[in-house]
Amino acid sequence: MGQVVLKGINKFYESVHAVKDVNLQIRDKEFVVFVGPSGCGKTTTLRMIAGLEAISSGDISIDGNVINTLAPMDRDIAMVFQNYALYPHMSVYDNMAFGLKMRKFERPEIEKRVREAADILGIGELLKRKPRQLSGGQRQRVALGRAIVRHPRVFLFDEPLSNLDAKLRVQMRVELKKLHLRLGTTAIYVTHDQVEAMTLGDRVVVMKDGVVQQVGEPLELYNQPANKFVAGFIGSPAMNFAAVTVTEAGGSLIAENSGLRIKLPDEIAQRLRGHIGREVILGVRPEDLTVAGSADLDHPCFDAVIEVVEQLGSEILLDMKVGESIMVASVEPTARVRVADKLRVAMRPSRLHVFDAQTEAAI
Amino acid sequence: MAISAVSATTLREAPPPRRQRLLEDERWLAFVLLVPTIVLLGMFIAYPFIRGILLSVTNSRVGMPGDFVGLANFYKIFNDGIFRTSVYNTFVYTGVTTVFKLALGLWLAMLLNRNFHGKAFTRAFILLPFIIPTVLSTFAWKWMFDPTFSVLNWLLYHFGLITGRINWLGDPDLAMISIIIVNIWRGVPFFAISLLAGLQTISPELNEAAAIDGAKPWQRFWHITWPLLLPVTMVVVLFSVIQTFADFQIVYVMTGGGPANATHLFATYAYQIAIGTGLLSEGAAIALAMFPVLFLVVIIQLLYIRRVEVR
Repeated sequence: MGQVVLKGINKFYESVHAVKDVNLQIRDKEFVVFVGPSGCGKTTTLRMIAGLEAISSGDISIDGNVINTLAPMDRDIAMVFQNYALYPHMSVYDNMAFGLKMRKFERPEIEKRVREAADILGIGELLKRKPRQLSGGQRQRVALGRAIVRHPRVFLFDEPLSNLDAKLRVQMRVELKKLHLRLGTTAIYVTHDQVEAMTLGDRVVVMKDGVVQQVGEPLELYNQPANKFVAGFIGSPAMNFAAVTVTEAGGSLIAENSGLRIKLPDEIAQRLRGHIGREVILGVRPEDLTVAGSADLDHPCFDAVIEVVEQLGSEILLDMKVGESIMVASVEPTARVRVADKLRVAMRPSRLHVFDAQTEAAI
Repeated sequence: MAISAVSATTLREAPPPRRQRLLEDERWLAFVLLVPTIVLLGMFIAYPFIRGILLSVTNSRVGMPGDFVGLANFYKIFNDGIFRTSVYNTFVYTGVTTVFKLALGLWLAMLLNRNFHGKAFTRAFILLPFIIPTVLSTFAWKWMFDPTFSVLNWLLYHFGLITGRINWLGDPDLAMISIIIVNIWRGVPFFAISLLAGLQTISPELNEAAAIDGAKPWQRFWHITWPLLLPVTMVVVLFSVIQTFADFQIVYVMTGGGPANATHLFATYAYQIAIGTGLLSEGAAIALAMFPVLFLVVIIQLLYIRRVEVR
């Protein structure tokens, strides 16, 4: 079992309010990812769960028992650190066995567990080496092994992949996912990389300035972001935003600014009835923009000038000037486009997002 | 284009003067750069050392060049009771102070490695005994140990711990304890600050990982901090042992080797014989007798440090 409940968690550092009233229920066997920009409180939250940081107020419980004041060693958790935190003077075997030795496990049991973990991670050959003699990826595996051998109730990961190069990071990401499926241990994972969050998490917690912005499954965050921050943070390239004024003309609603004038689809128009004459923020993802063809006649369209063409092979990213602002569109690799081309761009109406200009909450 | 331009300028320039061309040669350049160091080391270390060896095999005295006498001086000092006492004293002095300096220094370093208000100030303050000229601070200590004006006696008396005066520097054993205390007081800051620097190179994550792994505080110290601090500790101990073994100032100021030559160390006894009595050659022999011991200490510790670092 490994059910973690955070109830009204706060963290103050002298005058800084680093974590603000976090409430979260993490189910047994679930993989939950905390994601957000640096300084958003995600690591602090993780460290409070680990017991490395005191909780200013609120309760953290594992399987129903409040663990606020328990020492880290008594919480039955294992943690993987960003810099691996391998003991440099111990061999790989001793690194993995250390936790078991401290807990007075019998020698044969220690050996069995270390071998088992080493086999799972494919580091059986490295057991006699010192951390210094390992590559970044191998060190990461040893750090994972040290967590696995303990058979804890909860795994805590603090940006474990951020020190690896891009290719290895993708590879280790897949392995982590497999490992979680195989072990089924509850995992809490902190990262600033939204791709990691989307690919690994059963659920993702987006944080900013110590406040949880939204909790949900990856696609839920992607398709129904709760506010402008989540919308902009999740997805790459990021969502395009345009400040527009809502006006009424001939029974339908129009959103316009200096370079944009589009008729809002009915579904969105209904939600914006109360905002006529006011400013709102329109959001649209790059992949929901297309070069307008004959099929898109009834879609909202606008004119744009191409400033940069980024060929990615599988798609083309167009940086376009729309009035005063820049928008990015991701279009088919077959599109024939050149810098300085004038284009008519269509939006997929069902994929438009609207946010309040003041609160930035989704409307 | 660029290349042709460069060669054109080179062609136009006159060939560099001879001196400059010599310095282009790395062997000459290396030699030139090494000269200041060689001169300094030669003048202030190698020459006095060789001169000392030459002195020790003569019977020269102040104002008398003397003749070659072989190892007679060494033979003489090995049969000298005071010399034997000094050898014993030097080992006790070095051994006891090093153990205390290491223990107290490590303890202080661990305390200072924590976060607290006024950390920077305290760290600077701790260094004071190390910064004050030794002779000055030792004079202060001498007053504190003075039989008549001793502030220590006054304190002990007023707390009711003693009834009469303790003659700190007048009793052979107490005098030895006194100079050991002063040496520890003076040496602890060096240990504390050096070990603190060593502690700060140990990532706090290692201790956190160990805490999660189930290690209690003293286990974390024993399994993580101590082994990782060992190379620094060895270097610090090495420096301290060399300095303490050849210590002069504290004993010279506090007791002058007394009472009745009971607290002489190698250096103070060598000074007394050579300068005080004028027996230059015998003094040189005493000073040189330190050399094999120090040499051995250095060799052992350097080998050990290398082994630890390779690990």
